[in-house]
Amino acid sequence: MSDIADRVKKIVVEHLGVEEDKVNENASFIDDLGADSLDTVELVMAFEEEFGIEIPDDAAETIQTFGDAVKFISEAA
Amino acid sequence: MRRVVITGFGMVSPLACGVEETWKRLLDGQSGIGPITRFDASRVATTYAAELPVGDGSDATFNPDDWMEPKERRKVDDFILYAMAAATQAVEDSGWVAETDEQKERTGVMIGSGIGGLSSIADTALLLKEKGPRRVSPFFIPSALINLASGQVSIRFGFKGPNHAVVTACSTGAHAIGDASRLIKYGDADVMVAGGAESPLSEIGVAGFNAARALSTKRGDDPQSASRPWDADRDGFVMGEGAGVVVLEEYEHAKARGAKIYAEVLGYGMSGDAYHITAPAEDGDGGYRSMQAALRDAGLTPADVDYINAHGTSTMADTIELGAVQRLLGDSAAQTTMSSTKSSVGHLLGAAGAVEAIFCVLALRDQIAPPTLNLDNPPEDTRIDLAPHKAVKRKIDVALSNSFGFGGTNASLVLGRGEL
Repeated sequence: MSDIADRVKKIVVEHLGVEEDKVNENASFIDDLGADSLDTVELVMAFEEEFGIEIPDDAAETIQTFGDAVKFISEAA
Repeated sequence: MRRVVITGFGMVSPLACGVEETWKRLLDGQSGIGPITRFDASRVATTYAAELPVGDGSDATFNPDDWMEPKERRKVDDFILYAMAAATQAVEDSGWVAETDEQKERTGVMIGSGIGGLSSIADTALLLKEKGPRRVSPFFIPSALINLASGQVSIRFGFKGPNHAVVTACSTGAHAIGDASRLIKYGDADVMVAGGAESPLSEIGVAGFNAARALSTKRGDDPQSASRPWDADRDGFVMGEGAGVVVLEEYEHAKARGAKIYAEVLGYGMSGDAYHITAPAEDGDGGYRSMQAALRDAGLTPADVDYINAHGTSTMADTIELGAVQRLLGDSAAQTTMSSTKSSVGHLLGAAGAVEAIFCVLALRDQIAPPTLNLDNPPEDTRIDLAPHKAVKRKIDVALSNSFGFGGTNASLVLGRGEL
């Protein structure tokens, strides 16, 4: 797994308090990992902080799964 | 008229996590006051406070993990964490489980706070300045809002009745219990989870109260001697943190389910000073009228009062309260015991009235008045027993608890013995 994916996973595990093996490619933050809409806002902020990028609100809305996050950040970073 | 009784209680105090252990240590004359460890206090005038004994949960220490998951704790200020701990204890102690829709809808929550999420606000303001608005957490507002203590408790237990929060500075806890009792009397609910919570121990909190010249500053060498209500050498209050929560219940409702009844809320009185933002009116008229209103509500006379848990903060205002109580009691002053438990646990601000109401409940249950610590030089012009240093075993059928807050807001509760 890429360095980016590892770092994203670490943030997701920490913020949502979920087991690491639940955080797979297609895991939806809301449907599979127990996040609510505020959790997803905070997650995106944490990604911005970790990777020194800015994720505009309309882009943030497209980040629904762990895979979405890794893909977006890999392209942006 | 519907009667209101207390069927459960919970507490996190500077003496202990839990009601019974706090009570044991209180009667034993222990102090919850010590040097500030929560933040670097080197820049503020007061270097001591009444912090919760944080630990792994053994020996009645407060372990945050026991009360909220780390993931959830990141979304709340400490006052909400303390409220959740005290409320969870209280609900479990009461044995009340709201199962049906109707039971849930007839159970409400009214937990207040004097200041709410002060630390969260201060920290977020610094973050905003340093990193800009895009770094402000979506949990900032719901972590700092005072009514989110009631909100979080209702979500945990599914209580769908009245959801309310009192904000009256240091009278908050007493007002919350009094107002929640009225909701039950009026028929809005059958059960109310009520009390107060406070987490003011931050640099900004201490700096603010220091600036108002409210805190003790002179006893850094011996913090446990700093809270000394009525004593000639007192120099201000000692700030504390924690929460107290009771389960209030309509009497027939409690009887029908076989609940233990610790005490009855007999009366509740309120008044305003209309005088000054931080100082009480010098003639003590506000406190006097508050006590009088509570006794009137209870249908009792001043001579019926056996024990008073004073507001007694260890400031100049102690003398004013004493004067008001003497005026109220008149000839019966010599038969009443009055103490200030702030001498032991410090001043828990918005939680104080709730924690002290619970001490009154325990005084009624165990027929003992907790002591006023450090009262080495009591005022000479009073016939009231101020319980210096040692708890006083005595008959207590009626207890009165006073709480007075900044802004000139006063609340008094009159409690009677339960059926244990």
